[in-house]
Amino acid sequence: MINTAVSKAHANYLLRIRRDARLVVIARIAVLLGFLLLWELGADLRWFDPFILSSPSRVIQTIARLYADGSLWTHIGATLFETVLGFLLGTLLGALMAVLLWWMPKLNRVLDPYLVVLNALPKIALGPVLIVWIGAGTASIVVMGVLVSLVVTTVTVLNGFLAATDEKQLLMRTLGASKLQIFTKVVLPAGIPDLISALKISVGMSWVGVIVGEYLVSKAGLGYLIVYGGQVFKLDLVMASVTVLCILAALMYYAVAFLEKKVRR
Amino acid sequence: MQSELIQLSDVSHSFHTVAGETIAIQNLDLTVYEGEFLAIVGPSGCGKTTVLSLIMGLLSPTAGSVRFSREKLRLGYMLQRDHLLDHRTVEKNVLLGLEVQHRLTEESKARAFALLDTYGLGEFRTYKPQQLSGGMRQKVALIRTLALEPDVLLLDEPFSALDYQTRLKLSDEVYRIIRSEHKSAILVTHDISEAVSMADRVAVFSARPAGLRELIDIGFSADMPPLERRSRPEFHDYFDRIWKELQS
Repeated sequence: MINTAVSKAHANYLLRIRRDARLVVIARIAVLLGFLLLWELGADLRWFDPFILSSPSRVIQTIARLYADGSLWTHIGATLFETVLGFLLGTLLGALMAVLLWWMPKLNRVLDPYLVVLNALPKIALGPVLIVWIGAGTASIVVMGVLVSLVVTTVTVLNGFLAATDEKQLLMRTLGASKLQIFTKVVLPAGIPDLISALKISVGMSWVGVIVGEYLVSKAGLGYLIVYGGQVFKLDLVMASVTVLCILAALMYYAVAFLEKKVRR
Repeated sequence: MQSELIQLSDVSHSFHTVAGETIAIQNLDLTVYEGEFLAIVGPSGCGKTTVLSLIMGLLSPTAGSVRFSREKLRLGYMLQRDHLLDHRTVEKNVLLGLEVQHRLTEESKARAFALLDTYGLGEFRTYKPQQLSGGMRQKVALIRTLALEPDVLLLDEPFSALDYQTRLKLSDEVYRIIRSEHKSAILVTHDISEAVSMADRVAVFSARPAGLRELIDIGFSADMPPLERRSRPEFHDYFDRIWKELQS
């Protein structure tokens, strides 16, 4: 039983916890502000060449300019669309693949070494092949996003399924459960946390796939802006795109983390 | 003695692995009677659990037969570990077997919940298994089995994962539950005192390949709970007899 009547010692304890939490938040903001300040100061005082390293004010100006000429949303939209689509397709196909392999252990045994190799292979290496097969367009980029998240999702989710099966198979058999019942009542619910961890991994993976895809083929998107900026030596544009990318990736990660909280509750 | 319920005649069972063949049970004859509490003791790894798996139908005997007195004899199996599903509440866990067997009705549900109430778990119905102690979890597992209204309970070392105190208390409680619900039971254990304190008869198995070495009638009345039996002088005589039997 938890005592709800608060003693002095306990009140102090709670106070300390709250103070610590506040301190961490303040320190986090301080790190960010300190970093930006040093960067800006370094550029202003010519510790380094702002043409090479840019500066926060130049980044903001660049983003404002992109916003003003309307291209900011085009690029964000293109990249976000490709990433979300790649992420969803990759996760969905990966999860389905895991279900199939769980259902057919023989198939799993046959495909296991291929899965291991595919998991170890940097999928980005397939980029040029995809362009030849699918064409230099959005489709190639999405497929890249899918490929990068597909295998890792399959492996993570399948391992979760198999662990749950080992544990509870005997119980379900003593209750007279069918394979479908074992799947729906035990394996799937127990595999959901693993599915969520897979989501968290593949959300980052999809960004990698899509940005690299854009490096290779695109006419729009943040990856395109970064490559273009690098080629014409507009480092302000590169840094601005990376900044926007940071914000988007963080938002998407926290969206998944929020979903996780909802599900685990 | 009452009528026969389960009859194993000349049963043998072997396990196959790449390394070779292991004969777990050889030429076993054993009869379980209606309403009795039979305990099976034997050295660990002697194939006691295999007997339960054979009765349950999880394995089929390599030779011999397992016969039931009635066509539709309902069996309930209780494992060493509770195997409660973490994502389900206590009440949902209790209903799992009924769900799986498509027997979930308002009536069977009410009966399962009544069992929870009767055996002191009513207020924990909406708890998750992680919030319960080991003994309580095992009790939930028992009620999950009882909810299926089995005629015979197969208990596979159901207390061995618990600490000593919980074990004594829970075996006392489980004994009362089984007796008051008028079930037959087969308890597999390596713990001699547990067998003597709960059973009407104790079957002593030999080391692998398991065969029946001796059947010992325990003279305690069925109303006498395990804890009380443990304090009786005869208790130690039975204990010694089984101990010697296992040593020889």
